[in-house]
Amino acid sequence: MSIVTVQLGQCGNQIGFEVFDALLSDSHSSQGLCCKRENEAYQASCKERFFSEEENGVPIARAVLVDMEPKVINQTLSKAAQSGRWKYGQHACFCQKQGSGNNWAYGYSVHGPRHEESIMNLIRKEVEKCDSFSGFFIIMSMAGGTGSGIGAFVTQNLQDQYSNSLKMNQIIWPYGTGEVIVQNYNSILTLSHLYRSSDALLVHENDAVHKICAKLMNIKQISFSDINQVLAHQLGSVFQPTYSAESSFHYRRNPLEGFKDPALYTSWLPVHAFNVWKTQRAFSKYEKSAVLVSNSQFLVKPLDMIVGKAWNMFASKAYIHQYTKFGIEEEDFLDSFTSLEQVVASYCNL
Amino acid sequence: MTQSVVVQVGQCGNQIGCCFWDLALREHAAVNQKGIYDEAISSFFRNVDTRVVGDGGSISKGKICSLKARAVLIDMEEGVVNEILQGPLRDVFDTKQLITDISGSGNNWAVGHRVFGSLYQDQILEKLRKSAEHCDCLQCFFIIHSMGGGTGSGLGTFLLKMLEDEFPEVYRFVTSIYPSGEDDVITSPYNSILAMKELNEHADCVLPIDNQSLFDIISKIDLMVNSGKLGTTVKPKSLVTSSSGALKTRHKKPFDAMNNIVANLLLNLTSSARFEGSLNMDLNEISMNLVPFPQLHYLVSSLTPLYTLTDVNIPPRRLDQMFSDAFSKDHQLLRADPKHSLYLACALMVRGNVQVSDVRRNIERLKPSLQFVSWNQEGWKTSLCSIPPVGHSHSLLALANNTCVKPTFMELKERFMRLYKKKAHLHHYLQVEGMEESCFTEAVSSLSALIQEYNQLDATKNMPVQDLPRLSIAM
Repeated sequence: MSIVTVQLGQCGNQIGFEVFDALLSDSHSSQGLCCKRENEAYQASCKERFFSEEENGVPIARAVLVDMEPKVINQTLSKAAQSGRWKYGQHACFCQKQGSGNNWAYGYSVHGPRHEESIMNLIRKEVEKCDSFSGFFIIMSMAGGTGSGIGAFVTQNLQDQYSNSLKMNQIIWPYGTGEVIVQNYNSILTLSHLYRSSDALLVHENDAVHKICAKLMNIKQISFSDINQVLAHQLGSVFQPTYSAESSFHYRRNPLEGFKDPALYTSWLPVHAFNVWKTQRAFSKYEKSAVLVSNSQFLVKPLDMIVGKAWNMFASKAYIHQYTKFGIEEEDFLDSFTSLEQVVASYCNL
Repeated sequence: MTQSVVVQVGQCGNQIGCCFWDLALREHAAVNQKGIYDEAISSFFRNVDTRVVGDGGSISKGKICSLKARAVLIDMEEGVVNEILQGPLRDVFDTKQLITDISGSGNNWAVGHRVFGSLYQDQILEKLRKSAEHCDCLQCFFIIHSMGGGTGSGLGTFLLKMLEDEFPEVYRFVTSIYPSGEDDVITSPYNSILAMKELNEHADCVLPIDNQSLFDIISKIDLMVNSGKLGTTVKPKSLVTSSSGALKTRHKKPFDAMNNIVANLLLNLTSSARFEGSLNMDLNEISMNLVPFPQLHYLVSSLTPLYTLTDVNIPPRRLDQMFSDAFSKDHQLLRADPKHSLYLACALMVRGNVQVSDVRRNIERLKPSLQFVSWNQEGWKTSLCSIPPVGHSHSLLALANNTCVKPTFMELKERFMRLYKKKAHLHHYLQVEGMEESCFTEAVSSLSALIQEYNQLDATKNMPVQDLPRLSIAM
């Protein structure tokens, strides 16, 4: 079963590239301790989920690339093509010229509706290419304008048009100390909207990944490329094929099935809360690896902080004119604050 | 990708503009080795087949034929523009994009704004529309002018309102040279204050610069270069003041070195929009992040490094030093004291081989010595562009929205009041049709209101940061 990835904005596209690259490298890398037949089953399953096959054997990523200005998409396309091992579809991109200016309102209220048809068409084409389609993986940041604003808009559309398919959003939590000054506003607007339309939010904090690079990997001069590669490695290990309930050699057909398990989302923790998904096949360069995806209270503190900072800024009305210019009024901000305070309270009441 | 149009007005504006185009060509030549007309170049230049007569010569792709600056040159005297048209840059300018007169504005804002404004309104509009038509997606007008004279100040600000009305969705970034106290134009305070009102009302973003700061930077460089210390030979192209490697090598005119600094400012400001990097920053992001309230759109800029040494045996100044320098007064293009005033927002635009961890480390290091307004304690915007400026391996442009601009405005107001109280030279202005004393009083009010806004923010300095009570939710 296949997943269609939608990569939005600079962050989404930069990470998307690393994820596909990591997935393909892994499927070609050494099989570790498992046997040949096992390896072949693994490779086939992996390929099918994320890539479709081209005539001359170069796999094409099942992805739609969206950005409101061309530089990053151009770079992403050429990096993929240069690798020689895989590439993006020729007509898989939607690009504009002006960018969203770090403005969620511009992304959500202007670009979103303006380009809705084109973007949804691209996505539809990609879904139609899948023999059996399991769901969407949407990669976006919260701090900017395109990934956050258009990401929220597109997810909503996907909820309307593909209500039976799973939508998982990979969101990048910005560094606590500014990459973008209005990042807290953009974040709360994004989160409050995604809560209504996404099925699962997979969160990665830049600060946390940065620490991994510094402390665990000892990288001296950490670049965004390093950060994205670590992220891609983590995501890759979550998504690679694992055994289904039947037996070995039968890879779980629907990679997102595990995420549908309601036990992951309830407010109480049952005894068997850990789902273990196994495979004998090695991942990337590691013979053995484990990855943990959890729904826990870990996110409460960062969420609380973002809401607090955004609230302080909102009280002084700073930057609000930039949003009302494009149709996001103070009421919309208040709605977002209310939703998120509810989320924080729910997690705290556990 | 988008395009920008430069509108250079008056003697100062055109001289700076000329330096800008010179250095822009040099920068793109260094980056674009293959001579292909790409999106980066198209942001400031058109590609034209000069064999085609009339207007149809634009080429959008392929090899570079002849580059034409996306510029409109306006001056009410012919001297400067004529010199440009006879100099090495003559082919870069489209002669249809000029507007000149012969009599000049006599250092009188009213003449520039009202007399020439109404006389040339239609022509100016036509040239601006033409330049916009040549753009696929016009994002920004860069206006370059001085505040103290007549043309740049008067006509330069006249066209701001025109741009706002005609092209409401296109940003207006203004580079304004403010007069120093010892300015030899007696009426410069009048001109500046009258112009300030227009900047307050019709500009999206203003970069105030004063000549004294530019002059100080040059003196500092001269001292360095001439000190005769071992290993202090500087890479010629790396001087922020030089045009080495550009077309205008025979400059040696007194203001050229200073103008090159401003030209470099504009290049660095637009670098992340033109070239790729791991964290891009487009021009619309500057306004979005650095302008929390519409009137407070004055940004103090600092450029670093000012030069690079040639001797490879001397280790390059550590990267961290570059960040410290950006926050030192020696590198500011306006005389002001941001460290003892309040930051509303700050942007760090980095070029070259600098990574996110370098930026974060330096923000952590410098933060404690800087005061940010209570609602924007983490008010940093960063951008990382992979392409360094010519002659350097990396560079940093810091843009600060800081209450430290207040003293500059207050001084200007004082100089104005000294003249106005005595009604000195007022008749030159009042004899222009449409000018009344109310124009002056309104302009001063506008400035006073702006100063008052900065005062209110300053009053919050040193107050403990309190978290405001949040919404409480019934569960």
